[in-house]
Amino acid sequence: MDFTLKVWRQAGPKARGSFETYKASGVSADMSFLEVLDVVNEDLIEKGTEPIAFEHDCREGICGSCGVMINGQAHGPNERTATCQLHMRTFKDGDTITVEPWRAAAFPILRDLVVNRSALDRIIEAGGFISVNTGSAVEANMIPIPKVVSDAAMDAAECIGCGACVAACPNGAAQLFTSAKIQHLNLLPQGQSERWQRTEAMVDKMEEYFGGCTNHGECQFACPKGISIDFIAYMNRDYLKSKVTNRKLGGQGFAT
Amino acid sequence: MVEARPRSTVEAGVQPLRRRPEKQLPYPLSIYQSAVGKKWVMAVTGVVGMAFITMHMLGNLKIYLGAEELNAYADGLRTVGAPFAPHGFLLWGVRLVLLPTLLLHVHAAWWLWRQNRRARPVKYQSKRDYIAADWASRTMTWTGPIVLLFLAFHLLDLTWGTANPDFRHGDVYHNMLASFDRWPVVVAYVAANLALGVHLYHGAWSLFQSLGVNNARINTARRVFATLFAVAIVGGYVSTPIAILIGVIE
Amino acid sequence: MELNAHVPAGPIQEQWESDQFNMKLVSPANKRRFEVIVVGSGLAGASAAASLAELGYHVTVFSYHDSPRRAHSIAAQGGINAAKNYQNDGDSVYRLFYDTVKGGDFRSRESNVYRLASLSVNIIDQCVAQGVPFAREYGGMLENRSFGGVQVSRTFYARGQTGQQLLLGAYSALMRQVGLGAVTLVPRTEMLDLVVVDGRAAGVVVRDLTTGEVYSKSAHAVILATGGYGNVYYLSTNAKKSNVTAAWRAHKRGAAFANACYTQIHPTCIPASGEHQSKLTLMSESLRNDGRIWVPKDANDARPAHEIPEADRDYYLERQYPSFGNLVPRDVASRAAKRQVDSGRGVGPLKNGVFLDFAEAIGRLGRSEIQERYGNLFEMYDRISGEDPYGTPMRIYPATHYTMGGLWVDYHLMSTVPGCFVGGEANFSDHGANRLGASALMQGLADGYFVLPYTVGDYLAGLLGQKAVPETHEAFKNAEREVSDQTKRFLGTNGKHSVDHFHRELGAIVWDQIGMERTRSGLEQALRDIPALKADFDRDVRVLGTADGLNSSLEDAGRVADFFELAELLARDALHREESCGGHFRVEHQTPDGEADRDDENFAYVGAWEWKGTGTPQTLHKEQLTFDYVHPAQRSYK
Repeated sequence: MDFTLKVWRQAGPKARGSFETYKASGVSADMSFLEVLDVVNEDLIEKGTEPIAFEHDCREGICGSCGVMINGQAHGPNERTATCQLHMRTFKDGDTITVEPWRAAAFPILRDLVVNRSALDRIIEAGGFISVNTGSAVEANMIPIPKVVSDAAMDAAECIGCGACVAACPNGAAQLFTSAKIQHLNLLPQGQSERWQRTEAMVDKMEEYFGGCTNHGECQFACPKGISIDFIAYMNRDYLKSKVTNRKLGGQGFAT
Repeated sequence: MVEARPRSTVEAGVQPLRRRPEKQLPYPLSIYQSAVGKKWVMAVTGVVGMAFITMHMLGNLKIYLGAEELNAYADGLRTVGAPFAPHGFLLWGVRLVLLPTLLLHVHAAWWLWRQNRRARPVKYQSKRDYIAADWASRTMTWTGPIVLLFLAFHLLDLTWGTANPDFRHGDVYHNMLASFDRWPVVVAYVAANLALGVHLYHGAWSLFQSLGVNNARINTARRVFATLFAVAIVGGYVSTPIAILIGVIE
Repeated sequence: MELNAHVPAGPIQEQWESDQFNMKLVSPANKRRFEVIVVGSGLAGASAAASLAELGYHVTVFSYHDSPRRAHSIAAQGGINAAKNYQNDGDSVYRLFYDTVKGGDFRSRESNVYRLASLSVNIIDQCVAQGVPFAREYGGMLENRSFGGVQVSRTFYARGQTGQQLLLGAYSALMRQVGLGAVTLVPRTEMLDLVVVDGRAAGVVVRDLTTGEVYSKSAHAVILATGGYGNVYYLSTNAKKSNVTAAWRAHKRGAAFANACYTQIHPTCIPASGEHQSKLTLMSESLRNDGRIWVPKDANDARPAHEIPEADRDYYLERQYPSFGNLVPRDVASRAAKRQVDSGRGVGPLKNGVFLDFAEAIGRLGRSEIQERYGNLFEMYDRISGEDPYGTPMRIYPATHYTMGGLWVDYHLMSTVPGCFVGGEANFSDHGANRLGASALMQGLADGYFVLPYTVGDYLAGLLGQKAVPETHEAFKNAEREVSDQTKRFLGTNGKHSVDHFHRELGAIVWDQIGMERTRSGLEQALRDIPALKADFDRDVRVLGTADGLNSSLEDAGRVADFFELAELLARDALHREESCGGHFRVEHQTPDGEADRDDENFAYVGAWEWKGTGTPQTLHKEQLTFDYVHPAQRSYK
């Protein structure tokens, strides 16, 4: 198979970028999209051009490192599939494939297709945890958790933090990420004591960096884990409640 | 031992769009300081608006029962509660609710629109291919202002009468006929109602999400609800001027 | 160099407790004065950093990822072992200890393993409290499954993403400390040297991968939790960035490197589909519970799988190992597959795999039951290979998966450089010559949550009142210069081939000669080929771009350069170990029926190598292993 790749090249955070066109020929249908970039890069190096910088690591769709816009869709056309799991048999021979980095104010481009997603870490830092020091945990089976609750928490916890939801969102909002992280913990009995402080702190931190949700629902289709926007609704509810509850708690909560 | 921020070059590379307000407004105003809170306000004001346009439409449909019925209904709105309540009690009461509702809805929308533009200052340079974000959801910031502009004309036309060719205070039936005899007005009216329909098609679905009452079980139902609601509203409103224009109502 | 494991005296059940009591403590007011560096943010690194910060130390975490959550621990699928005995099936700390020592083919330190087994129960408690959504039964209690050839169900799991959930738990604990200011998190920054002053670890030299700045950070103690070196094979199930650099640079500064030749080859991975293959994907071992492994009897059989009649199929594992059949341990299954492929009976377009067939299981249990058990794995296989495993048998082949070897550490997880601690896969401890399934996560978290916070404290107590060596010290400046010089050398070589090209070539040598089966002549060949290729690399590598920004070729060049040196040690270690055990199989040392022939009399020791300078072979030091509790026996799966 032969492809024409239009790839965004940008030398650094402040540099001007543009699309460059590269040919990828003799591609096998069994190759992953990133392997095609590998091959293009090998060619570029042979020719003396700097290779395309792109983020990747596990190449199994779990680490969340990879992620680019492929033909205008975050992680490309396949549902529930990260860029590294996208294989070339998805495309037709001769296709032109446009590759662009995630774009958002909170995701400044570092180089070519690599963006800085550290704002997501700031959200976690604000409250995406259960405060339990090592050693102070109770016996694991002390608190039974209904299977449905545990499964729902796992549905949210599957988030790989790739940022596709932000990239896909017409508003550049991080609601799907934040709601998944919040609701994973808010659903579990262990997460109850910090539930309201967590919700308020994480939502507020999110809003410092990202746009607001207007319920396009684009994120859940871009999500390589298929996380549902139902979690966003749940987060909205908890946020409203947190405003009431944290007020009642007065000065006791760190987020009030 | 908190060190001065930022703690790494990676962290320093990302600047917040806005800082959380130093001083929070007193509860419940503080809710409105956040984007999630504003969406909640938009949903609540949207529900109020939906209730209003439903009642308004039902009133409109009285036109099919003739001039007397419609004018009596309009008069009834002013005299409801008489003799205990003052004249226009209900009408002004509703207006007192609707005006701030509208202002809040518009302000929240404007604020979110501005914030969301700032959240992606550099647009995608290649063509986007949307899967879920439909035409309705992406044109909310267009359909909203269109409806708003039309609303201004609508008030001038049929409430204050300044834009009406032959306005008679209290004779709603006559005023409508006078206005809708002009085909450009009918076109504008139909266009604005279609915009309203598109706005509602997304809004009536979206509000469940913003209010946080959504869950997997009602996902299909609320899509059906929003569609039916939008179709009913547009159908109900648009039928009147068309009926007037083609002479079904004279 | 002297290897003293510092194993506490007394019965094995009481060693850790008495050791904890005997350790020196640091008062809360003094903890603040100590700086600790943690390199790596996987299970071991994140959990150690969080736990130390909770205690009150100031911790700096370096990670070359953009976020700590990307560390490769995240890719572990199967689960984590713990001796909770929730299933009432006879499990106990002692049994987990026993299974691990036996599974490790009697090449691990008993005391460490016992401590690991006893801490396993605390790990589950800690993770559940952090909100790790382990699988549960309808009654709300934790569920277990059996794993990897043990007879009890002691594996806790979270769908097929246990590693992800455990890492996110440790990451959340870490981020909490970051928010509190107790941890300074420095992402996208790679450790490139360990600085040793007066015989103690004094800090590290790092490179900021986004700006290219090379700088030093000093501390009272350094913890390396930088993972394994499986990528020396180029193709492995490890993440693309996984590398040995941090551990290797520490080795070059005096930390002994032990048991390099113990590498685990996982039998069920998706075979490479061509030259371009960049990495291999593991399919959970659990598939072997219901799949039957076979190859066509005739090497030239070109028919599609479903047209090959039963009579023409060779279910070779069931034939050779009637009692364990398809469930033989990883190393045995891997070698058997290799022999089939080597004999030309491999399947698939490249004839580089064997069939793992579910037709019989689907017939017996029905498609829906198979879907329930393995649905997500089948989906993943389909996505990667484009074949539907419900209709056509899967093709599988072994691939490098885990490395048991690593930096030598004592009972306190301290390397031979005082003040330099090593946790997780980066150290050599606990798994001996072969790791059991679902034990890697257990070891990483035991090290990070429950061992290092104590032992690092014990070390620091001895440094009370001392300031960390200033970063202006000559040793730091020299190390920075060396790192910068290396960078300049790579950029200035301007040869013909990419870094990846050399990495692939190196991987081919290592896989062929130091892979599943090793021979004396092959290893000697490798010891000639590797330095020759290294010379090529030094002369002919092409690294474009500059040093003052993001440059992944430059990062890779440094990592591959270290892989070259490690590969030599791997060959040397494999060559000296004249026996077969666990992940190390020497063709010369097998029983008449082709099984591993262990030599307890001569090789029951840890082989720790001391760096002697570039171009000079490392020297071997031995830590003799004694087995007072689990007595060595031959493994048999016939």
